[in-house]
Amino acid sequence: MAACSGTIDGSRWLALIGGLHTLKRFTVTGTPAGVPRFAFWHVVVAGLVALAAAPLIAIVASFRAIDSDVWHHLTAYLLPTQLLETAQLLLVVLLLAFTLGVGLAWLTTAYRFPGVTLFRWVLLLPLAMPAYVLGFVYLAWFDVTGSVALFLRRWEIPLPQVRSLWGAAWVLAFALYPYIYLAARVAFVTTSARALEVGQALGLTRRQAFWRVAVPLARPAIVAGCALVAFEVLADFGVVALFGVETLSVGIYKAWYALFSLSTAMQIAALLAFLAVLALFFEQWARKRARFTTTGRSQPLTPTRLTSFPAWGATLLCTAVLAVALLLPVAQLCVWAWTLGRDALTSRYWHFFANSLILGSSGAGVTVTLALLLAYAQRLDGRPIMHTAVRIATVGYALPGAVLAVGVVAVTSAVDHVWIALGRWFDAHWAPLLGGTVVAMLIAYAIRFLVVAFGPIQAALARVTPRMDEAAQSLGETQYGILRRIHLPLLRPALFAAAALVFIDILKELPITLMTRPFGWETLATRIFELTNDGRWEEAALPALAVTLAGALPAWFLAKKITHPTSAHTPETPC
Amino acid sequence: MHRRTFLTALTATLIAAPVSATHAAETLTVYTSRNEQLIQPVFDAFTKATGIAVRFTTDKDGALIERLKAEGENTPADLLITVDAGNLWLAKSSGVLQPLQSDIVTQKIPAHLRDADNHWFGVSLRARPVMRHVERVRAEEITRYEDLADPKWKGRLCLRTSKNVYNQSLVATMIADLGEAKTEAIVKGWVANLATLPFPNDTAVLKAIAEGVCDVGIANTYYLGRLVAETPQFPVVPVWTNQQERGVHVNVSGVGVTKHAKHPELAKRFIEWLVTPEAQKLFAELNHEYPVVEGTPVSPVVARWGTFQASQTPLSKAGEWQRAAVQLMDRAGWR
Repeated sequence: MAACSGTIDGSRWLALIGGLHTLKRFTVTGTPAGVPRFAFWHVVVAGLVALAAAPLIAIVASFRAIDSDVWHHLTAYLLPTQLLETAQLLLVVLLLAFTLGVGLAWLTTAYRFPGVTLFRWVLLLPLAMPAYVLGFVYLAWFDVTGSVALFLRRWEIPLPQVRSLWGAAWVLAFALYPYIYLAARVAFVTTSARALEVGQALGLTRRQAFWRVAVPLARPAIVAGCALVAFEVLADFGVVALFGVETLSVGIYKAWYALFSLSTAMQIAALLAFLAVLALFFEQWARKRARFTTTGRSQPLTPTRLTSFPAWGATLLCTAVLAVALLLPVAQLCVWAWTLGRDALTSRYWHFFANSLILGSSGAGVTVTLALLLAYAQRLDGRPIMHTAVRIATVGYALPGAVLAVGVVAVTSAVDHVWIALGRWFDAHWAPLLGGTVVAMLIAYAIRFLVVAFGPIQAALARVTPRMDEAAQSLGETQYGILRRIHLPLLRPALFAAAALVFIDILKELPITLMTRPFGWETLATRIFELTNDGRWEEAALPALAVTLAGALPAWFLAKKITHPTSAHTPETPC
Repeated sequence: MHRRTFLTALTATLIAAPVSATHAAETLTVYTSRNEQLIQPVFDAFTKATGIAVRFTTDKDGALIERLKAEGENTPADLLITVDAGNLWLAKSSGVLQPLQSDIVTQKIPAHLRDADNHWFGVSLRARPVMRHVERVRAEEITRYEDLADPKWKGRLCLRTSKNVYNQSLVATMIADLGEAKTEAIVKGWVANLATLPFPNDTAVLKAIAEGVCDVGIANTYYLGRLVAETPQFPVVPVWTNQQERGVHVNVSGVGVTKHAKHPELAKRFIEWLVTPEAQKLFAELNHEYPVVEGTPVSPVVARWGTFQASQTPLSKAGEWQRAAVQLMDRAGWR
């Protein structure tokens, strides 16, 4: 431990002295074994923070002018309700999604029952369906003129009002629980069986071992999953608009679109992001200094075989969740696609599909790489300023997409203005450098989804004991070697999880895609927009199904990786 | 070696792609909030008629206007096509449009359907009348928007959410015509008569009337047009409201030349083409709307509803009064 803290202290020095000195040091003396190039990490973090903060400049700049007329109206008529309903929605969704996510993750990891290998990955799939599509399907069934509601009305069975906070919470929880499910499962799979055995040897029942050993050990991962769900709920506009819930994001859109005050919209968004960051700081403070690392050579959990009633109960439970979140809605979408959208299925859908896949995979690649760098930098330098930097770099997710998109376009346009002016200086006519290019899209996606990738990676990295680094260092391994030969194999499940999440999120992402895509670059998500924005929800079934299908690819791939963690848990490096 | 070749090629492509784009032939570039299925056939027809290629991108009105503001003089867009007069008004007051001088266009489009300074022009018209169930409500039972505030409609009225821009424009023009106090009293009456929570879209309102959740509502004509085109016996009809006085509330989808258009001449040709009979017919029929140019035939579904007296209130009022309208609806408790 002493050696380790020594090197971190050294890092401060290097950061102070600056990059040039480091460079000299390396060129003159080479890389001394075990001395990491800390200055590099500081540059990485500074770069990422600058990148992520750039679109936030527009938001901060909005505070130059306070539209007191709009603010007065908002505080008098809207904000009290919106704050309350946001809090209520957040609470209900988190409770439900936590129960579903953690419960199903434990069930599919610690037990064997009919169909479990299938459920392990299929339970992720609801993530691939955009929440507002799920919401629309539920309204088509249960709203006052919905098919189920009309059917029941024949027998005079009344249905409760589904367009309510409860309806929205139901839909959001079933659409978003996979974030928590995935995080928890990655953590449970990598949880040492020894830890549980020790717990049981000390007299805990299996259920107690779950609550007192498995869940606490998985806490960073579960919290990261819950944070994603919370951010999604805060930024959601589609579902709450459909279900008539008054949340803060509704207030943001109202200020912008209806009251024509984008600055007020950005100010509310800033408030929202501030609350989100505050909540995360609180969680970190509550977690205090507890560390969650695996020690020594860990053994994957051996699932207990369930028999008879509990076995079929487990199968039934998983099937029921899938039916609610995926199977029945997909069946409904198939019916609509068949009756209304059949003619729309032309060869151009290959382009939409291909564009979505290209954006999703390259966006995931870029975002995961940046998130890995960020997580690694944070591990090497644990000072509070680093935590703050990380929070700033990952705050993009808590903002409603449209607000972030405006910030992104403001930045890319500003860069283009400079670029084109530079061109004129050279007497040349240069086309915009960023505006309308895929590069700009990828940068924007990285800003938005950095935290989605960062969460699982950081959680996994936190569980790698520093003892391993120290041992490797003492055996003469370089920092890069430690990353490549020890950390990367240990992180592999988390990296795949992060990539899959970002991929699926990009498939569904709308405001940024709409605002930054090159001309003619249509994706499945923009197809959904073309139809839903024109009120043709049923016709949007076809692209919605295609998105779900495209999202199934990484979920399936990911499941293979998590189900067979290969040698990830028993690195050959002696520790 | 291979990797280096690949990287070089990739870099070359990334740099060359945007540069080469500027050397393309004369292409009209459009930002539009009118969605692809409604606008692509129009562009196709234009290209066929004139040989001018069109490229476009879609987004929401507010986002497109912000994008134009951010891009400034470097914007690739020549034209902005949006729906709702309030949005057109916002585009003009945000300074992203420029005036277009064209006698052809100003002659063909009635003055109240275009901007006084020619920054934007309405090119298709939709009415937002009261809708009634064809059997449960007799035609003479309701003749004015104001009537919906009458307690006899208690529990019989369905409305779309006040967050919708069409409702905002309706109330905004009511404020322009009737004054704020009178409008607020009417809107409060509507809210008191609601049968159920406001719906997220017009189609849901119409279906609710059809299924007996309520008897009357307010919706845009083209949504009814679509439902009737699907189900000819759909039991809802429009009530041509306020025919003895100010006329039924109408709204437009419209077009304007962007302030920094690179091809203002192409933009002018497009707008002048849009007021030709065949373009008017195509533009309106694609969405069961009404043409803005007199004497253009309407689709059979729309023709069945007959003719009506449309409000002559300048549509720019919808923008001017929108903010007041939204605040009024919030005060009235219209969710």
